[in-house]
Amino acid sequence: MDQSLDGSKEIKKVTQRHLAKRSFQRHWQLYILMILPVLYFIIFKYVPMLGAVIAFKDYNVVQGIIDSPWVGWKHFENFFNNPVAWDLIRNTLFLSLYQLAVTFPLPIILALALNEIRDGIFKRSVQMFTYAPYFISTVVIVSMIILMLSPRSGIVNNLLEVVGLDAVNFLGNSDMFRSIFVWSDAWQITGYSAIIYLAALAGVDSQQYEAAKIDGATRLQKIWNIDLPAIMPTIVIIMILSVGNLMALGFEKVYLLQNPLNLGTSEILQTYVYKMGIINADFSFATAVGLFNSVINLILLVIVNTIAKKVSGNGLW
Amino acid sequence: MRKNNGAIKESYNDRVFLTFIYIFLSLLMIVILYPLIYIVSASISSPEAVTSGQVWLWPVDFSLEGYIEVLNNSDVIRGFRNSILYTIGYTIIAVFLTIIFAYPLSRKNFYGKTFFMIFILLTMLFYGGLIPEYLVVQKLGLLDTPWAILIPKAMAVWQIIIARTFFYTSIPEELVEASEMDGCSSIRFLWHVVLPLSKPIIAVLALMYAVFQWNSYFDAMIFLRTEALFPLQLELREILITQSESGANQDIAEQQKRQQLANLMQYSLIVVSSIPVLIIYPFAQKYFVKGMLLGSVKG
Repeated sequence: MDQSLDGSKEIKKVTQRHLAKRSFQRHWQLYILMILPVLYFIIFKYVPMLGAVIAFKDYNVVQGIIDSPWVGWKHFENFFNNPVAWDLIRNTLFLSLYQLAVTFPLPIILALALNEIRDGIFKRSVQMFTYAPYFISTVVIVSMIILMLSPRSGIVNNLLEVVGLDAVNFLGNSDMFRSIFVWSDAWQITGYSAIIYLAALAGVDSQQYEAAKIDGATRLQKIWNIDLPAIMPTIVIIMILSVGNLMALGFEKVYLLQNPLNLGTSEILQTYVYKMGIINADFSFATAVGLFNSVINLILLVIVNTIAKKVSGNGLW
Repeated sequence: MRKNNGAIKESYNDRVFLTFIYIFLSLLMIVILYPLIYIVSASISSPEAVTSGQVWLWPVDFSLEGYIEVLNNSDVIRGFRNSILYTIGYTIIAVFLTIIFAYPLSRKNFYGKTFFMIFILLTMLFYGGLIPEYLVVQKLGLLDTPWAILIPKAMAVWQIIIARTFFYTSIPEELVEASEMDGCSSIRFLWHVVLPLSKPIIAVLALMYAVFQWNSYFDAMIFLRTEALFPLQLELREILITQSESGANQDIAEQQKRQQLANLMQYSLIVVSSIPVLIIYPFAQKYFVKGMLLGSVKG
């Protein structure tokens, strides 16, 4: 192919081929083993990516994905011409940003606080109990929320009555939905999310602390000048990942917490996709909405990664 | 590590700060523990005491009625059994696939490993969407079969990365070369040498996959129609969430009693469904932490 006088490319190509041949000879059994997992990814991850083209078609079961007629941007236009679209986008963004604002800093604070105290029963108990909620299923968490916030017999309303306040139908109030969702999430994942920061903190050279102590630094100064810079790369990576998932928030939990009274704030893009697609079987339209959601996510991820790389030198790629 | 050896005493400010930290952590622990204790207490109290709001922290009028009700509920028992089967089956499939994919990617001279890594990482960036995924499962004829629970989520990229990092750091290339010298094939080496050395990573993967499967309800909700196939979480959803929303218009004494019992059963049901996870929690805690740490090492 290339007739260049400089043969380094040619040599590289030959070496590559040689390496490949040797690898296949040596590891052929491993390549065979990998067929199954690779097929898994093709069938359950890559085929759906291609299947997303039905967003631009009028999918029907008889003609299938390939033969269904193309309709261009019709489904996207239908979606954006519907006033509901903007409510959904607003709900999704508000809920995500609120969640990010709460569940992102809390684990960092917890990790920094835990790092300040000595190893012992107290520290181990805090860790053990704060991780525990992570292992509780979404269905159970939501059930607990519903039971405890129930206007008739829930513990929270009983407490309100004791102090002389009226019972509140928390889950039937769309103003409270976001707070319930976000703070219960914080309750569940803060301890677990702190692990990664604790690991980063464990890697800090103890000599730095000694030096700081000799210089008379206070604990707060040590946190500010040693701990925070030490975990900054981790913070940046987690930040990028969180923003990249901004529109893909705990939708299984949102769906369970929904009821007709709080739909005003609890209907988000993904629950809408589920209802339109799986329940109403409007496959093409739902795929279009889902695709819009995924594309926004991807764009956010790329933007945040670029900013993070410029500012801190850390990025996912 | 950061203990005072008396040489330099903590300043007044530092002691105040430390006290503040202890108070903060104690409050946090109470906030996290209180709902858990309350649920357990309510589950072993009498239905009347719970509904009338007498239970605050400790059980009132000790009673196991709720648990008896749960054990007599055939839907719950069937769901429990299904969930155990799904969790075991899924975990075996998932761990197997993850290992046979991750091990080759950890070998130094394995040609194409960069390609395969990009191949799986791309699936984290681009997501086909719920509907296309559903259509694939439908096309394969898996709808309303146990396979719809076992197969579509059988591998997770994060777990592959963890396993690969483990193999990379704990199965030295020299070991592979030595075994090849002795004429040992790759598969035999994987089976007889790698697996026995990989018990910790197998535990990490198995626990992560098992907890995921035990706790998930969404795939079951969209893929299964036949009630006999429902996992526990889906039964829980029916009983705990769907039912509790309706049922506002019941005021006859008999119905009230049933409502109370249903209410009570909900608390016991929450406890019963969490028992398997509670049993493995001490191990899970340790291994999840290990997994998180392995995953955060950039390979």
